[in-house]
Amino acid sequence: MKKFDKERVLLAVAGPVIALAVAFVLSAIVLLASGKSPVEPYALMFEQLGYSDIQVLIINQASLYYIAALAVAIGFRMNLFNIGVDGQYQLAAMMAAVVGAHANLPAVLQVPLLILTAVCTGAFWSGIAGILKVTRGVSEVVATIMLNAIATSVIAYLWLPNVFGVKVGNNNTTGEMHESGWVSGISMGDAGEIYGLVFLAVLLGIAYWVVLNRTRFGFDLRASGASETAAAASGVDPKRMVLTAMLLSGGIAGMAGLPILLGDTHTYSLNFPTGIGFLGIGIALLGRNSPVGIAFAALLWAWLDKASPELDFHGYDKEIAVIMQGLIVLSVVVSYEAVREWGLRRQQRRVGAELAAGHVLGADNNKKEVAGR
Amino acid sequence: MTAVELAGITKRFPGVVANHDIHLTVRKGTVHALVGENGAGKSTLMKILYGMQKPDEGTIAIDGRQVTFSSPADAIVRGIGMVHQHFMLADNLTVLENVVLGSEKLYGIGAKARRKIKEISERYGLGVEPDRLVEELGVAARQRVEILKVLYRGATTLILDEPTAVLVPQEVDALFDNLRELKAEGLSVIFISHKLGEVLSVADEITVIRRGTTVGTAVPAETTPRQLAVRLVGSELPTPETAESTVTDRPVITVDKLRLEAVGGKALLDDITFTIHAGEVLGIAGVEGNGQTELVDALIGLKGADSGTISLIDEEITGWSTRRRREQGIGYIPEDRHRHGLLLEAPLWENRILGHVTEKPNAKGVWLNPKAAQDDTRRIVEAYDVRTPGIDVTAASLSGGNQQKLIVGREMSSNPRFLIAAHPTRGVDVGAQAAIWDHIREARREGLAVLLISADLDELIGLSDTLRVIYNGKLVADADPATVTPEELGSAMTGAATGHLEHDDTTPETPDLSKSPESGEDEAR
Repeated sequence: MKKFDKERVLLAVAGPVIALAVAFVLSAIVLLASGKSPVEPYALMFEQLGYSDIQVLIINQASLYYIAALAVAIGFRMNLFNIGVDGQYQLAAMMAAVVGAHANLPAVLQVPLLILTAVCTGAFWSGIAGILKVTRGVSEVVATIMLNAIATSVIAYLWLPNVFGVKVGNNNTTGEMHESGWVSGISMGDAGEIYGLVFLAVLLGIAYWVVLNRTRFGFDLRASGASETAAAASGVDPKRMVLTAMLLSGGIAGMAGLPILLGDTHTYSLNFPTGIGFLGIGIALLGRNSPVGIAFAALLWAWLDKASPELDFHGYDKEIAVIMQGLIVLSVVVSYEAVREWGLRRQQRRVGAELAAGHVLGADNNKKEVAGR
Repeated sequence: MTAVELAGITKRFPGVVANHDIHLTVRKGTVHALVGENGAGKSTLMKILYGMQKPDEGTIAIDGRQVTFSSPADAIVRGIGMVHQHFMLADNLTVLENVVLGSEKLYGIGAKARRKIKEISERYGLGVEPDRLVEELGVAARQRVEILKVLYRGATTLILDEPTAVLVPQEVDALFDNLRELKAEGLSVIFISHKLGEVLSVADEITVIRRGTTVGTAVPAETTPRQLAVRLVGSELPTPETAESTVTDRPVITVDKLRLEAVGGKALLDDITFTIHAGEVLGIAGVEGNGQTELVDALIGLKGADSGTISLIDEEITGWSTRRRREQGIGYIPEDRHRHGLLLEAPLWENRILGHVTEKPNAKGVWLNPKAAQDDTRRIVEAYDVRTPGIDVTAASLSGGNQQKLIVGREMSSNPRFLIAAHPTRGVDVGAQAAIWDHIREARREGLAVLLISADLDELIGLSDTLRVIYNGKLVADADPATVTPEELGSAMTGAATGHLEHDDTTPETPDLSKSPESGEDEAR
């Protein structure tokens, strides 16, 4: 039925559009309240979109966000809240940097080795939370938050000069990685370079969609998220599914730092971006756990990040972008739930109306029904 | 003198059946039955009368005065009380506390309230003890507490929503005595049911509702169950009777000394032993909560047995996972389809896959095959008469009966060897009920073994080849469905009778008339 497809698109778009509109209006109110123009900051930020160097920055930043958000989203799809993406990707990036600095294989092996290291580290870190959940019933939310804090300490330890650390001035680093592990970017001339591993993000997005929507495993995972009881009755082993989803989520999270590590910094230092895992939560929410939606959301976030510094030069605080990100997350949660309920009711009504009008699938070969009316 | 008069009520409602031009007149001091299939619009109508929904058109008059309700509180003030099908009681509070909860202003929460409760209890013969904990009470006693609760709030018109669904026959009789007391005191009762036999025995007047509108009223003395039933469904009546036996001597499922314990060691199931052969339907009778749910969980693999074995044909499956059991030919129609049978917000074709994700046509290797699953869903929708405009709508937008038909179609499609059917026609309208019975019968002819658990004794007696009674986690009695009566089964269900239930010829034959056996096989189809 084409009609219901259109309906689904409408519902999918309505949530984010309402949320964004509300967030922009609320941010404008914040600006007004602080005695500033509610319009000019937006104009300035939109202007930034036109500059090619900003575009490159946005795409590069978005690739990190995108991978982190996918990691969160795969948990969301089965009602698991992996808050630990932040710790997982940082620890994973550090381990990859350490391996990259000490191992030196040909590039065809070195890059996969680094990716594998990151995936395994991320999965190991989230797996701890997974095992605690299935064996001891510890909430994954609590466990992953704790593991974030532990990851920070572990990283600090690994940075010690007598472990893997290399001091560069005041900066802690893991030493420079061997060049065989660098992934060269796509040169955009003066605008800079797009990370080569942006393609990894795209591939992950495609794989995410295929696995969830086209495999038995994906179906089981989605069923577990939609109804734990129905999934169990359908033959899904709930514990195994929790553990698998946690490992997958952590594995993807492990890759979130790789585009910048292999494409730009080539070392894990104090300057390495932090907090991407937390931003990923908001991005996954805004993107409705769909690979395309998350891509848009990641680009939006990256734009807010990269365009906002310009505000400082015009007498505005760039923190307005952070306020807006927060407001978006808040409105997203409210508007999605409202749209979801509205959509369900609307469909029930429409199904009722269609049935009342006699539009029953296969009504022709069912004389009893026709007679009954 | 009329207590309640609904005229021209129309409700355009987000659902499958809306109310359309409903007329209902309830006289004072009578029991007025409202009968109709599930999904006919009874609940909507009662929600309107109880102030939970506002009608789009039409009027409500109480004691001759027109009123509008914007909430149940308004309805309660006007003397309307509702006893819900699912009790709204706090288990860990006493009866007194439950009754005064939310109405503390009426008679306080102390001695005065206790006196009032005792007074009401005595006046209507309810036998309610104010200081008992609700968790200690049986189903029937809880229901009386619910009735007392609405009387305590000054109700003069009581709405009882399917009050007998959870009761055994003896308890039903006691409830009807209570209702007679109520009407003798001048109160009015609106009794919602789809069990025609009960309705005819207790009601003074009957209003039939079909497809959202009232199709007429009847007086029990002047109508037969058959006439009433024809009005109800608008067509011929189904019967669960199975004519010829198809039982073979090939055992399909063998359960031996199965035991299941709750945390702490209390036996939920104890010494359960039975064999179901190909072509046999084994019916399990019992009051809900006596181990049926646990038995089903143990058979489908959701709960592991603490001891004992389960075998399918000649393989022991006690240690198998749910998925393996399903793949090897155990079909499952769950008791609670919303919790265990469906993904409500997923489209119908994804629900076709649920539980059969590893099987053809849903999967090719590790890959899903959405196209084939969709095609097969279309086939099920047509073959099982699931009324839906398409297979992309969510399961939540279908009515209960159509959801159930989809589940039955799905489970039958994988050609199971053993089917667990827990309340397969609960909350399903008469038409769908007949269709589901037909499908079970047909599969049985082809050698399916069925475990049937049902609260509907006529369904059990009519469909089963063998009957067992479960009480307190044990199979305490067995009976021959050809001769046993609902009353005899009912007394075994309360634990009063054990062993083989021999038919006693002095017991009068009083089957549920709505599916009376005299309707005969051929006529019914």
